Amino acid sequence: MGDWKAITVPVLSSDSKIIFPYTSERKRSPTSMNTQVLRLSLPSPKNMHSFFGAFCTEENLEQSISYIDRELTTMGFPSIYAESKGKELNLVSIINCMNELLVLQHKNLRAQEEVEIQHLKLGSDMDHLQNCYAKLKEQLELSKREIVGLQERDRQLQSKNRNLHQLLKNEKDEVQKLQNIISSRATQYNHDMKRKEREYNKLKERLHQLVMNKKDKKLAMEVLNYVGRADGKRGAWRTDKTEARNEEEMYKVLLSDYEQRQKQLLLENAELKKVLQQMKKDIISLLPPQKQKPKERSEDGLVLSDQEEDIGELNKENMWELSCETVREQLTNSIRKQWRMLKNHVEKLDNQVSRGHSGAWNEKDVISREDHELETEKLELEIQQCKEMIKTQQQLLQQQLTCDDDTTLLLQDCYLLEERERLQEEWRLFREQKKNFEKERKSFTEAAIRLGLERKAFEEDRGAWLKHQFLSMTADCKLENVTTSSDPDIRLVKSASRQRKPPSVLSPAISPEPCQISQYIAQNSVASEKPAADNMPNLWVESDDKEETE
Amino acid sequence: MNFSELFKLSGLLGRFSPDGKCLASCIQHRLVVRDASSLQILQLYICLDQIQYIEWSSDSLFILCAMYKRGIVQVWSLEQPDWHCKIDEGSAGLVASCWSPDGRHILNTTEFHLRITVWSLCTKSVSYIKYPKACQQGMAFTKDGRYMAVAERRDCKDFISIFVCNNWQLLRHFDTETQDLFGIEWAPNGCVLAVWDTCLEYKVLLYSLDGRLLSSYRAYEWPLGIKSIAWSPSSQFLAIGSFDEKVRILNHVTWKKITELDHPATISSKKTIVYKEVEKSPTVDTERLTFPPTRALASSLFSTQSKYEISQVPVSLQYIKPVADRANPKVGVGMLAFSADNCFLATKNDNIPNAVWIWDIRKLKLSVVLEQLCTIQGFQWDPCQPRLAVCTGSSRVYLWSPAGCVVVQVPGEGDFQITSISWHSSGDSMLLLSKDNFCVCYLEREEV
Repeated sequence: MGDWKAITVPVLSSDSKIIFPYTSERKRSPTSMNTQVLRLSLPSPKNMHSFFGAFCTEENLEQSISYIDRELTTMGFPSIYAESKGKELNLVSIINCMNELLVLQHKNLRAQEEVEIQHLKLGSDMDHLQNCYAKLKEQLELSKREIVGLQERDRQLQSKNRNLHQLLKNEKDEVQKLQNIISSRATQYNHDMKRKEREYNKLKERLHQLVMNKKDKKLAMEVLNYVGRADGKRGAWRTDKTEARNEEEMYKVLLSDYEQRQKQLLLENAELKKVLQQMKKDIISLLPPQKQKPKERSEDGLVLSDQEEDIGELNKENMWELSCETVREQLTNSIRKQWRMLKNHVEKLDNQVSRGHSGAWNEKDVISREDHELETEKLELEIQQCKEMIKTQQQLLQQQLTCDDDTTLLLQDCYLLEERERLQEEWRLFREQKKNFEKERKSFTEAAIRLGLERKAFEEDRGAWLKHQFLSMTADCKLENVTTSSDPDIRLVKSASRQRKPPSVLSPAISPEPCQISQYIAQNSVASEKPAADNMPNLWVESDDKEETE
Repeated sequence: MNFSELFKLSGLLGRFSPDGKCLASCIQHRLVVRDASSLQILQLYICLDQIQYIEWSSDSLFILCAMYKRGIVQVWSLEQPDWHCKIDEGSAGLVASCWSPDGRHILNTTEFHLRITVWSLCTKSVSYIKYPKACQQGMAFTKDGRYMAVAERRDCKDFISIFVCNNWQLLRHFDTETQDLFGIEWAPNGCVLAVWDTCLEYKVLLYSLDGRLLSSYRAYEWPLGIKSIAWSPSSQFLAIGSFDEKVRILNHVTWKKITELDHPATISSKKTIVYKEVEKSPTVDTERLTFPPTRALASSLFSTQSKYEISQVPVSLQYIKPVADRANPKVGVGMLAFSADNCFLATKNDNIPNAVWIWDIRKLKLSVVLEQLCTIQGFQWDPCQPRLAVCTGSSRVYLWSPAGCVVVQVPGEGDFQITSISWHSSGDSMLLLSKDNFCVCYLEREEV
């Protein structure tokens, strides 16, 4: 804006020339206000003194004062004179006026600043607008040029199109012309052909006449002998009757052919009708039962009633034998209806599926997708498990059946070892039992021996007692039997001992005897056990024997 | 597979008898009748001139030999070798000769198609059929031999006359809507007659036995039309091969086209099997080479062996662009034949002369393509099974059946270029004909 300098109060000078250039300058350049403002606000320091000095000098002091006073009063300031007509200056009012003037000057300067700012703003706005305007103008130009270009192209294409149409028309015309030419040539040729043919026919006739007339060479057939007819019949005269018969036969041939064809067509028809009936039944079975869907009933209630009628009518066995127009139509119509219903049904199902994707489920009889998926997953798992089981079982089976030789031998050996151990266990048990049995036998034999001995003792006692009795009974008679009583004892003992080996002491006599007996029995038992042992696997018996022999 | 030795032949005139017992062949003016299985000569007849055509009668008792140059037809009997018959057309000339279905009448077409003379071997009567049409297939007999259809042309219009073969009485006479009738053929059931127009006009007319027009079919208008026609053995289908390299099949119920079978040069369908014949160089055992080389060795060295290979789809076949400004161009489906069991259709597209196309009729799709090294000369279906024999002018015979295909080299010295094949009626043997020789090929039951 400018640098503000402190402005000293100019000295008044009577030179009013400066004022005019001041004002005239103002008028001269209204546009370059900025510079002018500067010039106005900043009188150059050179001119300062001259300017201030020019207004007031010593000569025109009173005049200049009165002039200033007048100016001030017209501006609304109080007079600078102390009194209205006096020549004394009121300093206070002068100072006030100056202050007022300064304040005014400041205000003006501020206003000027603001105006300048606004001015600048407006200037930049205008620049901006001018730029926009220029750009838009450019764009407008461009688009105008484009339009012109496109129009030009359009015109070219149109003209090309017209040319092509024209060509097409020309070609078509040519084709038509050629066709016309061909047809005209064809007629011409036909005409010529006919003419030539007529000439030719005439020649033929002439020739025919000549040939028939000449008869120099006998048109004849030489045959050794006439041959019988192929079918053995005689030749017949040509009469009207034969003609009629010929006609009859011909018609018979034709009729038989037609009948055959008709039979074939009837068969085909019957088959097709059967197929249609089957299809109808299938379609009806595919469609959902009508009772559960009241909606559908309301929609095509009429159709249903017709359909039921149709079903009733056409499912009768005899009906489809007929081939009259109405029955045929009914059948085809009913099939069409059924097919349409099936189509609708399928469409509905499709809609349901698509709706189901969004998640609205109201229908009971439609399985929800998640359930369906769960089920399928479950089933898949089951299948997987079953497969695995089958695999393992197969593997095991495989192993059992088809292993290679080493493993089979090993397996066999394992099995055999198992058996062997089992058998050894059993053998051990068996030996234990045998021992027990032996013990028992021993005890039994001992008991038997004891029993024998006791019996013997008892017998002896009895004998003794009897003898004693006898003796006692016959004591009176004799006492000779007393000596014999001891003999029977000894004899008895001797006899007893004769049976067995001579014992020294009764008990030791018994013990070796039972030992021997037990040995004998043991041998017997061993011998008897031996065949029992044969029942065991031979392998083991042999090895056992081997062991025993070893 | 057994091959007989080569016998001399002239004029591709070798025929099995309809009962299959004998084989007749011509060498110049001699007619040799052999036994079909042993090829022993049973009879030898000598005709007056070079034989141009032979035909067995339907009961296999007589053979006719036609000599067109002399205008004579000689008939020989097999039962009585002494029996003879000579039919002389005189100045009328002879262009064609054939038996009637009962085997007792001979139909001679005189020169310029002036008339057809019906000579009877039983009676002295002679009948004439006037104005016969001079076309490729102007006469057709029904399969059961009852009726004969003859194409006639009077006053620039085509007519068809249907005769009863028993007594040669005219049954029906009607005009056809054709420009220039090219051929007629009875359906195997004997109730429908197919009539087709010249190749300048694609038109097939179907007439019932009593002369009513059942239907007419026209595929397109201006380009060249029908080249070949074949009925299926069950009379269900009529296959029409045309110059636009397509076969159109009509069905017998509505007489409308049920499918179009195209013959493109590139086969791209994955379900088609393409058998390609490839040459394999003969393996020569160098140790066994002798000097001078034996004939067998020499022929085996120079004859090329070949075998079939399966080509990977897509296959592009050898395509010959037809010459533009010639008549009867080698374009289009020129050969059509249905198999005896009605399941297959064999076709040949003349632009692609090395390939035989075999279509499965049940699926109406191309099932097999046989690509040969040389141009196909002809093919014939086995009369009993779905087996196709193909010959290409080489000394190899090619057999295809749904089980596979096989190349068989005819053993023998010298060149044997097979140009025609004819099956025995039992399907057990084949007659292979070349220009100068013929050979009989015996097939075993389990073959292919």
